[in-house]
Amino acid sequence: MSALSMSAEVWATEGGTEGGESGFHAPGLGLFEWKPLFEIGPFGFTKPMLLAVIVTVLVVGFFWAAFRRPQLVPRGAQNVGEVLYGFVRDDIARSVIGKKGDTYVPLLVTLFFLIWIMNLMSIVPVAQFPVTSRIGFPAAMAAIVYLIWVPLGISRQGLGGFFKNMMFPPGLPSWIYPILAPIELVSNMFVRPFTHAVRLFANMFAGHLLIALFSVAAWYFLVENFGGLFFVGILGFLMAVVMTGFELLIQALQAFIFTLLTAVYISGALEAEH
Amino acid sequence: MLAEVTGSVGSIGYGLSAIGPGVGIGIIFGMGVQAIARQPEAYNLIRQNMLLGFALAEALALIGLVMPFVFGP
Repeated sequence: MSALSMSAEVWATEGGTEGGESGFHAPGLGLFEWKPLFEIGPFGFTKPMLLAVIVTVLVVGFFWAAFRRPQLVPRGAQNVGEVLYGFVRDDIARSVIGKKGDTYVPLLVTLFFLIWIMNLMSIVPVAQFPVTSRIGFPAAMAAIVYLIWVPLGISRQGLGGFFKNMMFPPGLPSWIYPILAPIELVSNMFVRPFTHAVRLFANMFAGHLLIALFSVAAWYFLVENFGGLFFVGILGFLMAVVMTGFELLIQALQAFIFTLLTAVYISGALEAEH
Repeated sequence: MLAEVTGSVGSIGYGLSAIGPGVGIGIIFGMGVQAIARQPEAYNLIRQNMLLGFALAEALALIGLVMPFVFGP
């Protein structure tokens, strides 16, 4: 309760709401702005960065500990690590790329678990902030994926072949190509990395905003201003619980989709799609 | 000015941008359920493709949700 009240006051007074007048102020963009915890020169280290460091240590530490001394018959952490690795390798890499995608499984495993645990920070108490709702993190991951599949495609299909296969898929009536080629070029080279990053970012942004909105509503109508509208507070509390459960699904789903699309882009680069 | 829309135009933008994905996601899951009913043993394959299509369609609605924040309140 104290963490909720403290953060509700933060939401109600700090960024995202206007002035200090009483009344219900829905959380806005300020919910995602954090003052630095400490500063090193011009570089401020904020809470999302701290959470990102913690998540990285957790994920890397778990897999490192799981496969430190691999046994033929796995036990304990290695067992869990093998199940997790096997899930990404079988359901994502092999089903999309095939067996030759095994070289890219480490990348996919890293992306999947980093994104999933970063998303999970949204509902972990005390943290309560999805790291991937700061555009920098999904943008960096999408940039890495982009810088992998484009050079890969160019090196496998040749510079001319890569663009020819992308812009002029075979088997279409010839009058369509002047319209289709620019659309395909822009769609694949520019829109793809953008939507790849923004899909993850927007899902986490919207989810966090919704949970915050319902929690602030519950706090305001039940505690701060208990009056005739208290049923709104009860509704807000129930919706906050429901949205938290829904976010559990969306977090895992978005991590899965990001990784699946990475595998799809890599597979499209390894061999021309048509 | 004959007519002017004031206030939270971003909300109107999001509402408009959610029409298409709403229809699209409904079609995706409707056909997915039909496919599962016709061939229950293909459930995993169908579910994978269903979720992939759902995420691609929902991305458009979510970009519509985020754009008003990008271009400033």
